Amino acid sequence: MSNSILELEMLRKNFGGVVAVSDLTLNIEKGSITSLIGPNGAGKTTIFNLVTGFLPPTSGHIRFAGRVINKMKPYTIASIGIGRTFQNVQIFPKMSVVENIMVGRHLRSRAGILHSCLVPPFLRKEEKRIQDAAEEQLHFLNLAQYAHTLAGSLPLGNQRMLEIARALALEPKLLLLDEPASGLNARETIAMGELIGKIKQMNITVLLVEHDMELVMDISDYVAVINFGRLIAEGSPAEIQENKDVIAAYLGE
Amino acid sequence: MGGKNSVGFLALIIGIVLLPFFVTNDYYLGVLIFTAFNCLACIGLCLLMGYAGQISIGHGAFIAIGAYTSGILTSKFAWSPWLAMLCGILLVIVIAFCLGIPALRLKGHYLAMATLGFASIVHIIAVAAVDLTGGPSGLVNIPRLDLFGYVLNSDRQYFYFSWSVVALGVYIAFNLINSRVGRGLQALHGSEDAASSLGINITSYKVQIFMLSAVFASISGSLYAYYMNYIDPGPFDVSHSVLLITMVAVGGLHNIWGAMIGAIVLSLLPEFLSFLSDYLQVFGIEYQPDYDTLVYGGILLIIMLFLPEGIFIGLVKAISFIKASIKKVLGKKFSESGADRVE
Repeated sequence: MSNSILELEMLRKNFGGVVAVSDLTLNIEKGSITSLIGPNGAGKTTIFNLVTGFLPPTSGHIRFAGRVINKMKPYTIASIGIGRTFQNVQIFPKMSVVENIMVGRHLRSRAGILHSCLVPPFLRKEEKRIQDAAEEQLHFLNLAQYAHTLAGSLPLGNQRMLEIARALALEPKLLLLDEPASGLNARETIAMGELIGKIKQMNITVLLVEHDMELVMDISDYVAVINFGRLIAEGSPAEIQENKDVIAAYLGE
Repeated sequence: MGGKNSVGFLALIIGIVLLPFFVTNDYYLGVLIFTAFNCLACIGLCLLMGYAGQISIGHGAFIAIGAYTSGILTSKFAWSPWLAMLCGILLVIVIAFCLGIPALRLKGHYLAMATLGFASIVHIIAVAAVDLTGGPSGLVNIPRLDLFGYVLNSDRQYFYFSWSVVALGVYIAFNLINSRVGRGLQALHGSEDAASSLGINITSYKVQIFMLSAVFASISGSLYAYYMNYIDPGPFDVSHSVLLITMVAVGGLHNIWGAMIGAIVLSLLPEFLSFLSDYLQVFGIEYQPDYDTLVYGGILLIIMLFLPEGIFIGLVKAISFIKASIKKVLGKKFSESGADRVE
């Protein structure tokens, strides 16, 4: 795949004696929806944390759009265009829904502390732009009716939507979604699948960790199967469903 | 500033303008001026504690640095009070930066420890560096502040001036809270991981807000020095820092108004208690000023147990509860009378 946006090359992460990710090489094609699947503890979330700079790799390389990002801090990685959500939803519970998304516009605005202290909000042009962009995002995700609700009081399904809206406000090139459908009911899961499809249409590459196989097989262009930190198979959903190793390791048949 | 905050701000301004017409006694005016100093320090501390989630147990030290920089430069080197105040501000910015960078890079409450140690050091220097600070006997001959060549001589003038600074502080705080930076701070308080995944440099933000809160404290100290015309190390010990934290916690951590109310209540409480002590005798034991600490502790305990979000939020909730109950009662009556009419 020459057209890859994210390349993992011999990526390794040890936690003491435990090898969480073991010499993993994987390319994520630009514009695709790629799913990482594997049993609990296979190292999927660790891979997310390595890519987004929350953990430093023990060895190996991570390249994003041709650039090595191994040693970058999470906020720098966000600034070069990688957005993410978290397995256990990490919204800002005491801020309103629209404020949550406005935080997502952080990198698309510039005001520093002095400017913020001295100029009242209604005189700031940038503030208006941030608000407009956030409201646009709310409409896109059908959350407009909750704009001024405290994020912490939303039901889980909407909290997950909000977390994605916030990451989208960043205008990322690559979006990492960590189990976006976990804890959602059947209808919410279908809506989540549709949303991920729409995100792909916005030319954002999606890397997905998900346990809901129906959803994964339905929306993914590629699936990579991880077990014990190793890549055991990759291919189209159809190929993965046929793969004997995968069936043995993961589906347990 | 949102609608409700604008109303609060207007109320504050009106209060500031009118209060000296009712409080004419210089002593009580003085108490209110001290209250302004505490308010100013508490606004800064509230930004740090309530919005960025960090604790400083050494804010008294920043007040001391503001006071001593102003005091030393004006009394010994005859600097302009304004220039001396500016020096104090720059000095605490540098110190807060140096203290904040190592302490705030770590997760957890390392800033509390660092500031606690720092506060002790500053207090020791204030006591021991006799040549510079005057030591325990203090520093005298600090001039009064002048405003465009007009010296603020009377307490009433100083009252207006210091409370104007508080109003300015409130204005700045609300501007900050409702800004990109303020949202970033609230975000990192909510979830550091999520904040950094959105591109917020959390260490830098924490250090910046720590520096800003130190500036509030430093200005408060400078104003104190110019008001008293004399400073000694006494009021700047660690217990004063703890008192400031108590004020913010009692009023409400997550709200500037809360911090102000906490500062006002606890600044006026000693006066109230000493007024009470003239009449209060329990089993023949007279109330002594030493018991103040006991009362503070009791108040803090009760508030943490029953109003963990502070007096302000407690009041807001109580008012909305009363409103709701009145509506309920009235609504019933209306519907009853409406029913009567139909019949």
